[in-house]
Amino acid sequence: MLQGVQIDLISQERLENLTSTEKIHLILDKVRDGTIVVLEKGLAPDEQSHLIEMTMKEILPDDFNGIEMETYPSKEDHSFWSKLVGKTSSSTRMTVIGPANQLKMIKKDKDQISAWISTR
Amino acid sequence: MNIFVQTKNSVSRFLSAFFKKKRSRIGIYGPPNAGKTTLANRIAHDWAGESIGVVSEVAHESRRALRKQDIGISGSNGHSITIDIVDTPGVTTKIDYKEFLEYGLPKEEAIVRAREATEGVAEAMHWLREDIDGVVYMLDSTSDPFQQVNIMMIGIIESRNLPVIIAANKIDLPDAAPQKIRSVFPQHPVVPISCLDGKNIEELYEQMVHTFR
Repeated sequence: MLQGVQIDLISQERLENLTSTEKIHLILDKVRDGTIVVLEKGLAPDEQSHLIEMTMKEILPDDFNGIEMETYPSKEDHSFWSKLVGKTSSSTRMTVIGPANQLKMIKKDKDQISAWISTR
Repeated sequence: MNIFVQTKNSVSRFLSAFFKKKRSRIGIYGPPNAGKTTLANRIAHDWAGESIGVVSEVAHESRRALRKQDIGISGSNGHSITIDIVDTPGVTTKIDYKEFLEYGLPKEEAIVRAREATEGVAEAMHWLREDIDGVVYMLDSTSDPFQQVNIMMIGIIESRNLPVIIAANKIDLPDAAPQKIRSVFPQHPVVPISCLDGKNIEELYEQMVHTFR
């Protein structure tokens, strides 16, 4: 039987059709099963805050230690319109999330994330 | 009651409501072992003559948010603030009880400590969304500030429009590089400090009065 790690790449379209709670449950359910999740578009800050809180509630000794998560720094919108209305918005970018005991970040800069993934 | 007394009382009520000193809840957030409780203790000691929590080299020594109420801090310009200091557990996305075994804790105690730490982090995140008016984000200036948890936390704080000061702690250590923290978070005031020996702590108090007023 083929041994390895499952990686799920979730499109921006699918994420946009989910509520914040659905997104967080989707991510945590997959990560708890040992799947590495790559989101085409990252979570909003409030969703990240809920993800940390929910992750803490899911941690169990010798079972699930939490998550490793990396994303590129968000991009600021400096368009003419955003300057005109006096608001700069930031958009989140591709994000990788996995079980803390399987996913280790090696290196990250503003345009590249290098990660090492181990089997369970 | 004559009209003059009624008017005087109304004006008095209006003025007291308008100029009433607001008490802000200031959360000390940051990764584990950055020195949050040492800072909370120093603030409480310097301005209220008391301590808040226990400090140790073991990560997640603070596993519950601890609060010291009604601390008045004055700046050199005559302005002052009244705050509740909330010392929060170190924020992280992972907690493994086995890390505590390395400090010689028995397994059962390590598991209890890990469970308490997870509850504390969840509580701290909830507080940040619901009950905090401003943040002192504490970083160890000998560590890499470009860690995901720091980027994420500053993003969460910014999204809630909370005023924030970044305290670059442990400048008493030879490897300290507070300028690196400034380069990662140029959009926020960064105050290099040593909570241990008190270096630059007055500058932090001045910044707190300025930012949280």
